[in-house]
Amino acid sequence: MSWRLWVPLFAFALFVGLAAYQLTQPKDDFVESRMVGEALPYFDLPPAMEGAEGISNATFADGKPRLLNIWASWCLPCIAEAPHLESLKEQGAEIVGVAIRDRPEDIARFLARHGNPYSRIGRDDLSEVQLAIGSSGVPETFVIDGKGVIRYQHIGDIRADDVPVLLAELEKVR
Amino acid sequence: MIRALVSSIVLALAIPLAAQQSMPPAPYAYRQLDDPAQEAAAQDLMETLRCLTCQSQSIADSDAPMAGDMRHQVRIRIAAGESPGEIRSWLMQRYGDYVSYKPEVSSTTWPLFAIPLLLVLVVGVVLLGRFRRRA
Repeated sequence: MSWRLWVPLFAFALFVGLAAYQLTQPKDDFVESRMVGEALPYFDLPPAMEGAEGISNATFADGKPRLLNIWASWCLPCIAEAPHLESLKEQGAEIVGVAIRDRPEDIARFLARHGNPYSRIGRDDLSEVQLAIGSSGVPETFVIDGKGVIRYQHIGDIRADDVPVLLAELEKVR
Repeated sequence: MIRALVSSIVLALAIPLAAQQSMPPAPYAYRQLDDPAQEAAAQDLMETLRCLTCQSQSIADSDAPMAGDMRHQVRIRIAAGESPGEIRSWLMQRYGDYVSYKPEVSSTTWPLFAIPLLLVLVVGVVLLGRFRRRA
């Protein structure tokens, strides 16, 4: 029997092995923004509710690093994230919020129930800022340095162990 | 009594759904452009862009709110005179290859195009060899 007979079987086994290996690897569904390292593009958002201040890209260019939090009152992981945003704020981080496709009364109700960690909240009804900075979902959090350059992206809700990471990223660009 | 119970359960189930869908879609999410040529260009471009939240649909196909917002962007930019290529590269700049829903040869995707050709070539050579031997 020629050794060549074994070649197809070997090739098939190789393929199955490769597929099995890939199947056991954790799936990464995150779409990372290519805008990390780039300056915030121009935008100007109206205040998200009565008594709040709106935001624009110029808000971020005053020398102070900030967190830009993309969220919405209809987003369930945002509720889980709320206490961790609060603790970031307590540890000195300034957090600016962008509310995606949201109503002022819903935003006010959410903040009254889960706390308001934001210094300003803008309203983005058309996901314009989200698209402009390469964010693909809610919630996401960006570290913006004092010149208005995007330095870091956190995808998904902030958990307890993400808090020191974000604080360190803020410290890095200070 | 039962009817009241059932309707209250149905209502309670409907609240979270209503909360997410209570905002009207972006103006040009479902509205076509007035100029048919521009709308055709926008439609062609939308077929080649991937919905970011549903991922296996083009934004032309998807009813996700974010896909609606992306269609709005595409249509107002086309209406403002931007070329489809410019809009496409604006999105690729932000989301990388992920947002592309059109197969393109690049430094990472070339094996997908090269391997089938290579296989056909190998098969051709093998078959040629066999036919020759027989003849």
